[in-house]
Amino acid sequence: MTTRGELCIDTPSGELLQVILIGDWLLDTSLPSIDQIQHAVKEKPEVQTIILDARKVTNWDSGLLTFLLKLHTFCTDKNINLDAGNLPQGALRLLKLASTVPVKKDARQKEKPISFLTHVGDEAVDFFQSSGELLAFIGDALVAFIRLLQGKAQFRRSDLSLLMESSGAAALPIVTLICFLVGLILAFIGAIQLQLFGAQIFVADLVGIAMVRLMGAIMTGIVMAGRTGGAFAAQLGTMQVNQEIDALKTLGISPMEFLVLPRMLALALMMPLLCLYANVMGILGGMVVGVWMLDIGFIQYFNETAKSVYLRNLGIGLFSGTVFGIIVALAGCMRGMQCGRSASAVGDAATSAVVTAIVGIIVTTAIITIICNVLGI
Amino acid sequence: MNKQHPHISVQDLAMAYGDYVLMRDLTFTINRGDVFIIMGGSGCGKSTMMAILVGLKKPAKGRVLYNDVDFWGTSHEIRDTIIRRAGVMYQSGALWSSMTLAENIALPLETYTNLSPSRIREVVELKLALVGMAGFEEFYPAEISGGMQKRAGIARAMALDPEVLFFDEPSAGLDPISACHLDDLILELRESLGTTMVVVTHELASIFAIGNNSVFLDVSQRTMSATGDPKLLLHDTHNPELHRFLTRGAKS
Repeated sequence: MTTRGELCIDTPSGELLQVILIGDWLLDTSLPSIDQIQHAVKEKPEVQTIILDARKVTNWDSGLLTFLLKLHTFCTDKNINLDAGNLPQGALRLLKLASTVPVKKDARQKEKPISFLTHVGDEAVDFFQSSGELLAFIGDALVAFIRLLQGKAQFRRSDLSLLMESSGAAALPIVTLICFLVGLILAFIGAIQLQLFGAQIFVADLVGIAMVRLMGAIMTGIVMAGRTGGAFAAQLGTMQVNQEIDALKTLGISPMEFLVLPRMLALALMMPLLCLYANVMGILGGMVVGVWMLDIGFIQYFNETAKSVYLRNLGIGLFSGTVFGIIVALAGCMRGMQCGRSASAVGDAATSAVVTAIVGIIVTTAIITIICNVLGI
Repeated sequence: MNKQHPHISVQDLAMAYGDYVLMRDLTFTINRGDVFIIMGGSGCGKSTMMAILVGLKKPAKGRVLYNDVDFWGTSHEIRDTIIRRAGVMYQSGALWSSMTLAENIALPLETYTNLSPSRIREVVELKLALVGMAGFEEFYPAEISGGMQKRAGIARAMALDPEVLFFDEPSAGLDPISACHLDDLILELRESLGTTMVVVTHELASIFAIGNNSVFLDVSQRTMSATGDPKLLLHDTHNPELHRFLTRGAKS
C-alpha cells in the first residue's frame, strides 16, 4: 500500500525537536515543505537538536533528498544539530555527498530583484553599446574594403565565387515567384480603382514605376535577408562555436577580410542583378493581369511601361538594391561574429540577423525616398 | 639547444570574466624546447590561460613576454607577427569546415609565404604524413573522426614551422591508444624540431609522459600553487591539492 509522504513534529523536551517522516517520499507526489519545521523552530528558539525519524518511510527518491538538503542547510544556518541517524542508508550517503562540498558562493549567478528604473537604464546602456558595436563593425568592414581596393585583403577568390553563386543564381527561383506575384498583386489593386475611370492602361505605369523604383529592390532585399542573411549568421555563428574563427585569428588572418568581406562583396555584386531580374518579373506579373483581365494589348502594355519608367527610376532601384545587399550582408555577418558559443546562440544570431536586416532595409528605404523627394528625382 | 633560455614568461598575470576573477598572481616561465603543461582541475581557467597566451583574450592584469617582448602591451601588428610564429591546436580541431584538409593546411602557407602551388601541395602532404594522415588531403573535416580531426589540427598548426605549438586538451575524447599516439607525436615533434610545446591538459598519463615543466592552477586558491617538472612535483610537493591532483585523489 502506498501512502503520501507526511511529517509529524513532536517536542519531547525543550531542546529537542523530533520530526517523524511517514509514507512515500516521492517527487511526483505532493510533499510537506520544510516551512512547518522552520515554524516550529521559530516558536521554540531554545531548540538545539532536531532528530529525524525515518523508520516509517516506505519509498523515497530525490523528493526526500531535496527536503533533507533544505533541512540540512537550515540547520547549519541556525546552528542546530541534525541527528539523521536512522535515515535509509542510501539517502544518508547521498545527503552527505550533496552537503560535503560547500556551495561556491560567488560562482552562482546573482539574481537580485531588478527595479523598473534599473531595467530601463540597463536597456538604454545596452542600446548604446550595441549601436557602438554596430558602428565599430561597419568601420571594420570599411577598413577591410579599403584593403581590398589596395589589393591587400586576404580572402579566397574561390570563396567569393561560391558565395556569389549561392546568393545570386540560387536565389533566382524564389525571387521569380515573389516578384511575379507582387507585380500581379499591384496590378490587381490598381485595376480595381483605375477601371472605375476607364483608365486601365495606367496599370502598366503603376506596376512599372512601383516595381522598378521601389518594390523590386525591397522584395529582393527581404527575400535575401531571410535566405542569405540568416544563412551568413548561422555559418559564422557555427564557426564561432567550433573555434574556427579563433583559429583564423591566431593565424593572424582577419576574419573581417577572410569571412565578412567576400560575403559583403557577393551580395553587393549580386543584388543589383537580382533587382533587375525582379523588375522584369514584376512587370511580367502586371502584364499577365493587364493582358488577360483588362484586355490591354501586349504591345500596348509594353509601350506604356517603357514610356512611364525613366532611367532614373531604374537607377534609384538598383542603387537601393546594392545598399540593401550590403545591409543584409553586414547584419548577417555581424550577428554571426557576435554569436555566443552554444546552439541556441546560433539560432538567436540567425533570427536577429534577419530582423536587423529587414529593419535596416525599411529604414533605408524611407531615408532614400525622402532624399529623392527633396532632390525632386 | 639552450634549455634554460626563456621563451615565454608570464608575470603577475590575472585573468577575469567581468568581475569574476578566475586566477591571479600567475608568474611562470616557459623555456625554449620545453614541453610545458598547464594543468589544473575543471573550470580552473586552463583554456582561458591559453587564450591569453595566443592573443584571443586580454588579461585583466600582468604581462606576457614572448622573447622579452610584452605581448599584450605592444601594437596589434607586432602581436600578429609574434602569434604567426605560434601554432595552435584547438580542443575540437577547429578545422575550417568549408575547406578540405589540404586547403586547411594550405591557407596559412598561401597567406604568409610566396611558395608556388605545387610546393604548397608538397608541404601539405608532408605535414599530413607527419601526423599519420597521408592520403586524406581531399577529405572534409566532417568526414573524418574526432581523433583524426585533432591530428589534422596539429598538421595545420605546424604548417608554418612555428617556434611554439599550443595544444588545448589534446587527448580529451580520445581512446587510450589514440591518446598515447598523440603524446608520442608531440614528443617526436619536440625532439626533431625543437619546438616549444605548451599543452593544456588534465590527463595524468599525458602529464607524466610528456611534460618536463608545468604550472598547476589551483581552483581553491585562485592562483598557481606550483611550477616545475611534474614528476618532481609529485615527490616534492607539500601542497595537498596538487598531490591529490597528481595522484588521482589519493590521500596524502
